[in-house]
Parts: sequence; structure tokens; C-alpha cells
Amino acid sequence: MTFLGFFTLAFVAISAVLAVTSRNLFESSVWLGIFSLMMAANFFILDAPDVAITEAAVGAGVSTVLFLGALALTAEHEHVKEKFRWLPVVVMSVLGVVLLVVSFEQPLLGDYTAPVHQHVAPWYLSETPRLIDIPNIVTAILASFRGYDTLGEVIVVFTAGIGVISVLGFRPKSKSTLRGSSLAQRVRGVQHHAVLRVVGKLLIPVLMLFALVVQFHGKYTPGGGFSAGALFAAAVMLYGILEGADKSAKALPQLVMLRLAALGATIYSGVGLVAFFKGGNFLNYSVLVTDPLAGQYLGILLIEFGVGLTVTAVLIMIFNAIANRDSY
Amino acid sequence: MSLAYDIATWACLGAGAFFVLVGGIGALRMPDLYTRLHAASVTETLGTLLIVAGLMLHSGGQLATFKLFAILVFLLFTSPISGYALANTAQASGLKPLLGPQNQKARQQ
Repeated sequence: MTFLGFFTLAFVAISAVLAVTSRNLFESSVWLGIFSLMMAANFFILDAPDVAITEAAVGAGVSTVLFLGALALTAEHEHVKEKFRWLPVVVMSVLGVVLLVVSFEQPLLGDYTAPVHQHVAPWYLSETPRLIDIPNIVTAILASFRGYDTLGEVIVVFTAGIGVISVLGFRPKSKSTLRGSSLAQRVRGVQHHAVLRVVGKLLIPVLMLFALVVQFHGKYTPGGGFSAGALFAAAVMLYGILEGADKSAKALPQLVMLRLAALGATIYSGVGLVAFFKGGNFLNYSVLVTDPLAGQYLGILLIEFGVGLTVTAVLIMIFNAIANRDSY
Repeated sequence: MSLAYDIATWACLGAGAFFVLVGGIGALRMPDLYTRLHAASVTETLGTLLIVAGLMLHSGGQLATFKLFAILVFLLFTSPISGYALANTAQASGLKPLLGPQNQKARQQ
């Protein structure tokens, strides 16, 4: 266990260094994908499968595709500045030394007396069966106990999506640069690969089915709205890569995605408001129906659906916006 | 009966590990991308499939067996395809095989 942890962490460090030092930006983004995959493996070794699924789907899958899409619009090689600057080096060295010194003060891995195991974790472990009664305590904490935080995260995702869309929505000033070498056309280059298209299409429904399992089975097994949304968006991105990004934008138009993203956030806060008007606190699902446990079940189901909807819609929206742009 | 399962498991795991090792050595020692890919992707497909099959035998008919089977089918589809895609992209971007007719003269000199 510990050996595997050291192995994956060593790989994380190596891929991080290679991602920074590599001058070819495509290479860098592939190294970042490997970084995320190894990080996900490390999370899994540390018994955090919920985080591992999300890290693998978002870090290794979705963000690599988005990086490559953005690079196809700009340039392949890093613009190297020959001038050596001392200030960043000094600041980063001091920061590194401080972090290294502080790390000796940290409790050891798996130390039972560490504050993180003594503060609220025992309360969550003992009270979740009584108050919420679902096996996956991570989902209980994320969706119910810390519902405010998750609502905030969903709003952040939604805002980020709107931000990216408004930046990418502007037409470029000069149409001379990189015209004709658009990603949409490069992406359409995959269409003549019959093998890739056939096998890729076989994978899309399986990926979507797995996303639905992660979404709606998240109360029993690792998973939830965030990872399911990323997986579902990855399936759509695979379709966009195989068939051309114009097709995926046509199948799931930007305006519909924008409204679905808003709808997801609205479902989440709407559940909170219903609980509020039924006499409980905001986002207290126990008052939704007469049985408190059934109310928790219903509330978590609904808000996870809202989270999944927003994350899926925002990621698909960003992919379509980047992939269908013909210059930067 | 359980002894037979154990023997089959370890045979599968050992053979799988052997093939993955051979693929790794090939990927390090072969001269150019195509031969490396040939060494790595072919043996790796068989090797990982054997390892997953060995784990399936070991997991004993539980839900985990089905999950491993799903992983096996997934690898069966994706592993050769990724090798194909890599080789195809390399060829499309103009990398000539070291052992092909284009480099025949270069090697003889």
C-alpha cells in the first residue's frame, strides 16, 4: 500500500517536472494528463475513490481534451524567453523551503490522533446512519451536511461556464491568423479513420451508462454529480472528436446547454427553497416529506441530479465553444 | 477444486506479467517508433488481458468478477485501437519506418 503510494507520488512529481520543462505544449498537456491519472491512482490508494473518479474524469480526460483544443487554436510550441529572472526563482525557493519545514510539523499519514480524524469526522461517522442512512458517507457530507458548500461549488462551475462562453463568444479581430486550420476541420480529420470511429462509437453508450450509474448509485458506491457530469461530458466530447465538433454542437446546441446549466443550479437551490418554505432550514431535506430519512433520500437525489446537470452542460458548452472556433 | 483455480490464476498472472515485461523490454530496445509500438501494443494487449483474466479467476464469481470482465472487454477494444491510432498518426505526420524501403539505401551505406 505505502509502496504503491510512493510509486504513484514519484510519478506525479516526474510528470509535473516534465510538463513544466517540456517546450512542446502538446507534450506538456499529455504529461498533465498522466499527472492527473497518477494523482487519481494515489487518491484511490488513500481510500478516496469519490475524489479519484472525479480526478480521473476531469483531470485526465476532460481537461486534456480542452487543453488540446485550445492548443489547436493557438500554437504548438512555447514561446521561450531567454532572459533569466531572479525574483520568481527566489520567491519559489523560499516558498519551497517553508513548505518543506512545515511538512515536518504535519501528523504522519494514517495517524489516528491527527486533528482531521478527531474533529468532525467521528461525528459524521456515528451520526450519518441515524440522520441520513445512506452507506456512502462522503455523499452524505457533500450533499446534505455541507450542502451550502456544494451549492457554492455548483454556482462557481456555472459562473465559470458563463465566463468562458462570454470570452469565446466574441469574434476575433483579425481573421487572417490560423484561418482554415480550425480545430473543427482538424477534428473532422478523424472521420476517415473507420476503425477509430466504429470502436469509439461502441464506447460512447457504455460511457454514458457508466455516468448514469455513477450519478444515481452515488449514495451506495463512490460517485456523485460532479464525477458523473464529467463522465457524461466526456462521452459527448468523444462523439465530437469522432464525428466533428460541429455535429456535437448541433446535437446539443449551446443555448440549450446554457439553459440546462442554469436549470441544474436552479434545481439545487429550488430544493433548498422548498425545504425553507416547508418550515425547515434552507437545504434541510428532512422536512421535504413526512419521513425525515425519505426526505434526505429525495433531497440528495434531486440535488445530485442538479449538480450532474450543471457540470455536464457547462463542460459540453466549453468543449463546443473551443472546438468550433476557427481562430483565437 | 480451489487448488485448480489457484494454479490457473497464477498461470494467467505469470504469463501476463511475462508478456508485459517482454513488451516493456521491446519498447526500450527497439530502434524506431513502429517497431517499439509493435513490441509494446501487441504484447501489452495479451498481457493485460491475461492479468485481468487471472484476477477474474481469483475473485470467485462475485460482483467483482463481472466488473473485471467489463474492464477486460474495455481493454480488448481500446488497447489495440490506441496502438493503431498512434501508428496511424505517426505515419500521417510523415514519420518513415526505419526498416521500410525508403530507408533501405540509408541503412546499406
